[in-house]
Amino acid sequence: MSFWEYANPRKFMETTDNLVGPAFVLAGVCLAVGLIWGFFFTPDDFRQGSTVKIIYIHVPAAMMAINIWAMMLVTSLVWLIRRHHVSALAAKAAAPVGVTMTLIALFTGAVWGQPMWGTWWEWDPRLTSFLILFLFYLGYMALWSAIEDPDTAADLTAILCMVGSVFAILSRYAVNFWNQGLHQGASLSLDKEENISNVFWLPLLVSIAGFFLLFIALVFLRTRSEIRLRRIHALEMKERMA
Amino acid sequence: MPDLGKYAFEVILAYGGSFLALVALVALSVIQARRSKRRLEETERRRGNG
Repeated sequence: MSFWEYANPRKFMETTDNLVGPAFVLAGVCLAVGLIWGFFFTPDDFRQGSTVKIIYIHVPAAMMAINIWAMMLVTSLVWLIRRHHVSALAAKAAAPVGVTMTLIALFTGAVWGQPMWGTWWEWDPRLTSFLILFLFYLGYMALWSAIEDPDTAADLTAILCMVGSVFAILSRYAVNFWNQGLHQGASLSLDKEENISNVFWLPLLVSIAGFFLLFIALVFLRTRSEIRLRRIHALEMKERMA
Repeated sequence: MPDLGKYAFEVILAYGGSFLALVALVALSVIQARRSKRRLEETERRRGNG
C-alpha cells in the first residue's frame, strides 16, 4: 500500500474518521496531566519564582507554532509538486491552529517577560521573528480567503508559506545567530547539557505531547471540514451548470 | 491551589488566556465540522432528489 493513497480524499476521510475522537481524548488526557502536574505539583524556581509554571504552556505552544509552519511547508510542497488537493487543504486547515499557538506563545512570553525582564516586549531577535511569523500566519489565512479559485489560492499560499519559512527558522534559531537578545536558549535540546531540571522537564514533556496530539486532532477535524466544503463547492457548481 | 506568591496574577493570566484561546479554537473547529457535514448531507440529498 502506498502512502500517497491517503492523498485520495475518500481514503483520507475513511482513515481519519476513527482517529479524530481518540486523538482528542489522548490530547485531553496529556494536557490535563501535564498542566495539572506542572501547575500544582512542581516547585517554584529559585530565580523565576512561580512564573516558571508558565513554561508548561509557553514552550509547547512556541514549539508547535514553528513546527506547524514546517508541516504547512511540507504539505504545500507536496501540493506544488504532486497536486494532491488533500495536502493543500491540510495546510489550510493547520493555519488557524498555528496562529493560535503563535498567539499563545507571544502572550505567555509577554506575561512572563514583564516580571522577569521588566518589560512586556523587547525587539529581541527571537521575539521579533516570532511576531513576523504570527503576521505571516495571518497573511496566509487572509490570502486563502481572498482568492476564489481554490487551486490558485493553494498555489499562491504555498509560495507565501515558502517565504514565511525563513521566519519560522529564524524563530527557532535566532538565539543562536544573535547573542544580543534577551531571550534565553532552548529549554529542550538534543545535546547532553542539562538545560532544565527533571522536576520541570517531565511535566513539560507530557504537556508537549498534549499540544502535539491536540494539533493532530484539530488538523484531522479541520481538514475533513475543508474536504467537505470542497465537495459542496463542486456539487453546487455542477447544479449551476446543469 | 498552590501558593503562587507575588507572581500569582501573571501565572493565572497566562494560564487563563491560553485556556480561553484553546477552548475557542476547539469549539470553532467542532462547529465548523458539524456545519460542513450538515451542509454536505443537505446538498447530496438535494442532488439525489433533483
